[in-house]
Amino acid sequence: MEKHSISIWFFIGSLLTMYGILILGSGIYGLFVPASNPVAMSRLHIGIWWGAGMLLLGLVYVVRFRPKRKNM
Amino acid sequence: MLAAAWVSQEAATRLALNPVDLIIIVLYFVLVLGLGLYLKRFTHTGEEFFMAGREMTAWIAGLSFISANLGSLEMMGYAAATYQYGIIVAHAYWIAAIPAILFLALVMLPFYYICQTHSVPGYLKLRYGEGARSLSAVSFAVMTILMSGINMYSMAIILKVILGWNIHFSIWVSSLTVALYVMAGGLLSAIFNEVLQFFLIWIGCLVIPVVGLIETGGWTGMVHRIQANFPGQDFIHMWSTTGSFTGNPMGVHWTGIVFGWGLAISFGYWTTDFLVVQRVMAAKDLRSAQLGTVIGAFLKMMVPFIVILPGLLALAVLPFHLVPENQGGLPNVHTYNEALPLMLARYCGPGLLGLGVTALVAGFMSGMAGNVTAFTTVWTYDIYKPFIRKEAADSHYVSMGRWCSLIGVFVSIGTAYLVMNFSSIIVYAQAVFVFFIVPMFGTVILGMLWKRTTPAAGFWGLLAGILTSFALWAWVKIDPSALRHVAFSEHAKDMAENIYRAMWTLIINVVVTVVVSLFTKPKPESELKGLVYGLTEVAPEGHFPFFRRPITWAAAVAVGFVLLNIIFW
Repeated sequence: MEKHSISIWFFIGSLLTMYGILILGSGIYGLFVPASNPVAMSRLHIGIWWGAGMLLLGLVYVVRFRPKRKNM
Repeated sequence: MLAAAWVSQEAATRLALNPVDLIIIVLYFVLVLGLGLYLKRFTHTGEEFFMAGREMTAWIAGLSFISANLGSLEMMGYAAATYQYGIIVAHAYWIAAIPAILFLALVMLPFYYICQTHSVPGYLKLRYGEGARSLSAVSFAVMTILMSGINMYSMAIILKVILGWNIHFSIWVSSLTVALYVMAGGLLSAIFNEVLQFFLIWIGCLVIPVVGLIETGGWTGMVHRIQANFPGQDFIHMWSTTGSFTGNPMGVHWTGIVFGWGLAISFGYWTTDFLVVQRVMAAKDLRSAQLGTVIGAFLKMMVPFIVILPGLLALAVLPFHLVPENQGGLPNVHTYNEALPLMLARYCGPGLLGLGVTALVAGFMSGMAGNVTAFTTVWTYDIYKPFIRKEAADSHYVSMGRWCSLIGVFVSIGTAYLVMNFSSIIVYAQAVFVFFIVPMFGTVILGMLWKRTTPAAGFWGLLAGILTSFALWAWVKIDPSALRHVAFSEHAKDMAENIYRAMWTLIINVVVTVVVSLFTKPKPESELKGLVYGLTEVAPEGHFPFFRRPITWAAAVAVGFVLLNIIFW
């Protein structure tokens, strides 16, 4: 896979990072502004945990597989 | 019927998406399209477009192998079937998958890989000649188009239950996105997107079992709730209720599970369905292909946690009972196929709902792309090239492949409404597999393992298998009492009927192939090198430590498979 200069794992990491930020942010917002029609088990605030986990996993992939600058 | 479906879809709007959900969905579409366009620059030759340059690592091949299988059908169809039949459906992931995948990895892949064919029909051409190849190519092309219809329909269900959007608009957007990225980057683009989709499917769907088990108080609490909701029915045992046809909701005996599902359907699908085999044939070497397949087996073994468990949780927590597809269409009446989307709607708030919908859309796309790329390769190499234009530049076939991707998507859309005539998605899928894939297994495996199998036997055995499957299906449709002959029980449900029909199909396929072989002339051994066991030299895999050998990990997966069956006996 060397000839593809950007690794597939970097793409995955980038998407997980962006999703992690969005879901974590949405979960934190829900702490202060509860939904008018809450889902079952909303007291768990699962969005916060899920978002934080995705953000962490995404960052690991982004850093580990970031495109390397080639020496000229 | 379509009008009724449309009205029910419009009326069923359950949850409005939050802006953050929409951003998540849009981001996904942007990324998959961007990935396809980025990879276009790496796919110029036929080998690059149709076989991804044969340079995938074991992990990418393995993730893609299982992701192509993990389409909407897998996710929604088996969750629906679990609601209908209980945990017994998990056999689809264990006995009806793991032995066959390991067999593919250790026994069959060397032949596919050594002969360097582009497709499974291509192998049949080398082994038997043009007759068997043509028959298998045409039947496979028809099957992929029919299976794409399943994915389309699954998408429609998702949108109906969760979003309430204009279904047709959404289907076209999703389908054209698949067409564009497959047109641009071929198999390479499909494989990369499948790896991405694998992560999304898991992360998006895992929310349901995690939160669901917390709500029910764990496995024991879930079981108690199911027993309270459905007294007298056993939804939670895999083997102990299969000693009789009436002991389980599916109406199947353990012989059907082992020989029909575990042998005929499973080995047919996992070892000869080009949709999945194509992914590991794109690996950079034989060892990577074998390791990738074993990785796929492990991942397949884990899928019930995001598919079967939500179906069981739906039995436990939904305040209403779901009904078969052909009884749906009324306000506030939900069907088996809606089990997974309903659970998603139950637990996922803003953000997570967008992620869950994206996971289901990703499942749709990976399944769709799998069918489209396999169809494109078989059409171009096994139908167009030998029968329509034999001699043309490589670039011409690449161009044909790109346009074929688009046309394949359009034709698939037309098949989506066929699904509505079946009681659940998975029953339709199994019926299609039994028609076209099960007969292929007997033909391929006898060709690989028995050098006496003749070209004439390859063709007639395959044809006899396909005709048997259709004939048995038609017999039961015309005379439902025939079920007691085909499936040994008048209590057999649709899925059990498929299982036994697969068993008969394989038996007829093998018997005809063997008998015709005994009366016709085999190919000389010199023409069978690289194609048949005993006449093929497999290059030694080199000196790797035991923990890097496919056989080691295959053994580990086999142990896990046995343990899971004992735990959920």
